[in-house]
Amino acid sequence: MLTFRSTSPSSIEEPHPAPVRLGIRDATMIKVEGLTKRYNRFTAVQGINFEVPKGRIVGFLGPNGAGKTTTMRILTCFLPPTSGTASVAGFDVLKQPMEVKKRIGYLPESPPVYPEMEVHEYLSFVGRLKGIPAAELPKRVEEVSERCNVADVRTKLIAKLSKGYRQRVGLAQAIIHNPDVLILDEPTAGLDPKQIHETRDLIRSLAGAHTIILSTHILPEVEQTCDEVVIISKGQVVARDSVRNLTSRLRGQEAVAIEVRAAEGTDAGAVEQALRAVAGVSRVERRQARSGLLHFEIESEPGQHVRAELARAVVGGGWDLEELRPVAVSLEEIFLELTAADAAAGEARP
Amino acid sequence: MRNIWNICRKELKSYFASPIAYLLMAMYAIIFGFFFWNVIAYFVSASLQAQAMGRPMPMDLNEMIVRPMLMNFSVVGLFLIPMISMRLFAEEKRSGTIELLMTSPVRDWEIVLGKWLAAVLLYALTLGLCSLNFLFLFAHGNPDGLPLLVGLLGLILQAAALLALGTFVSTTTRNQIIAGGVTFAVCLLLWVFEWVGGYETAAWAQVMAYMSVIAHFEPFSKGVIDTKDVVYFVTLTYFGLFLSARSLESLRWRS
Repeated sequence: MLTFRSTSPSSIEEPHPAPVRLGIRDATMIKVEGLTKRYNRFTAVQGINFEVPKGRIVGFLGPNGAGKTTTMRILTCFLPPTSGTASVAGFDVLKQPMEVKKRIGYLPESPPVYPEMEVHEYLSFVGRLKGIPAAELPKRVEEVSERCNVADVRTKLIAKLSKGYRQRVGLAQAIIHNPDVLILDEPTAGLDPKQIHETRDLIRSLAGAHTIILSTHILPEVEQTCDEVVIISKGQVVARDSVRNLTSRLRGQEAVAIEVRAAEGTDAGAVEQALRAVAGVSRVERRQARSGLLHFEIESEPGQHVRAELARAVVGGGWDLEELRPVAVSLEEIFLELTAADAAAGEARP
Repeated sequence: MRNIWNICRKELKSYFASPIAYLLMAMYAIIFGFFFWNVIAYFVSASLQAQAMGRPMPMDLNEMIVRPMLMNFSVVGLFLIPMISMRLFAEEKRSGTIELLMTSPVRDWEIVLGKWLAAVLLYALTLGLCSLNFLFLFAHGNPDGLPLLVGLLGLILQAAALLALGTFVSTTTRNQIIAGGVTFAVCLLLWVFEWVGGYETAAWAQVMAYMSVIAHFEPFSKGVIDTKDVVYFVTLTYFGLFLSARSLESLRWRS
């Protein structure tokens, strides 16, 4: 009889031997360099670079088919990269997959649950699979069930659970071995608004102890949950920054909406001219408005505060200022702008 | 070892959580019960005939009852095997749970061995249930127990080999029907290859006949353990499991 030994005896007792890391708090947890993945002729991911420091939540944002899932699958050792390298906690996904797998929790797009199992049975199975010692297992199952709000269904068959519960069982499965890195592929897909809110809170509460990458195409999710955003389009990183920087970098420092009452004889062109003349204004755009009103959107250069001057320009010109308010630029607009610019550049190429 | 057992246990649970296991066991209990009744009825009528003609009664229970029963199970088992092995990987691939297994700190061959072991155990359980019939022989006659045990061992070895091939087929598709169908075809071919040996003696025919599962099982049914048969089954098992592990690994590269 052959003896099969999966891991060295010491690592059976201790599923998470401390990896050799530098004693810096901001140590890089995930590092991706020149990552490329090709399927036959189709290139899913091309030359992606990014780093994630320990304890951060990074959002992968991109349209469907942008390469988010492929990147995540490479990080979880499910797929090998065609070229380039990816490492988790200092371990290369190609050279030391077992070490990487011990340190990641992964929730794929559809939760990987077995419908014929009960919730606690399933979580125990995954726990053993991830190498949790038998003595600790019941306690861990209990903990993650509480944490992910599935404790009330622990003896139910997974087949009988709603989509929201299944998703949370999937999340519980991902964190059961307390992994350093969590990789969540669209964790809130298919949930109702209340569940989405709870799941986001849960994810936020996991940050710090865990480094998290989550993918989504829902923009508010990134704004609310993530510290940083990596925007992917057509297999390439088109932007990578903190949520706040990205918002202010792509547009001027401030965007202002102005509504002016259009009395008889009011020349829209003249108003526009007057607004343009204000120092620091970079762009004025006239928009559709209700009848009797003229609506402008104005962007200023970074660092310029133009609201007072704009008001003065309108009043000074003898027009009635109806409304003046700052406009928050949503990630949605940035996203569309970036991906559209990318598409346009792609088309321009011969 | 812990991982293999964990996966094996999960598979067995899946078999018994769905009707699959109960259905297979019930079906085979009925079929095997019919065989047993049939063989006994034939045995009784043959002995009555022999008695009427004044010849000595054929009283060899092993030769008249145990052996045909084992041969029957060997052939009928060919139908059982695809039904057990088809879901092993195809189902995980379809539902996406394969991603969980392959991103967990478990080696590919541990996954393969765990699943295969569960399939072999389910086969053994079904065989055990069907073998209860033999208890009647021991209650009302005195057959030789050892050849029966050797025969059962042969059946397990045969199933281990074919289930390993079935496991491999299951890794190649996400469709259970295809996995079952192809496995059935493979099992059937490995049975009928024996026929070639009946009329042809060329080298290729000998090779084909050698590949036949039934030819290698037959000695077991007589209570004979021949090294060459054991080697055949063990090699086939290893081959199937090896292919399964490689196929699983290649999922990563192809997909």
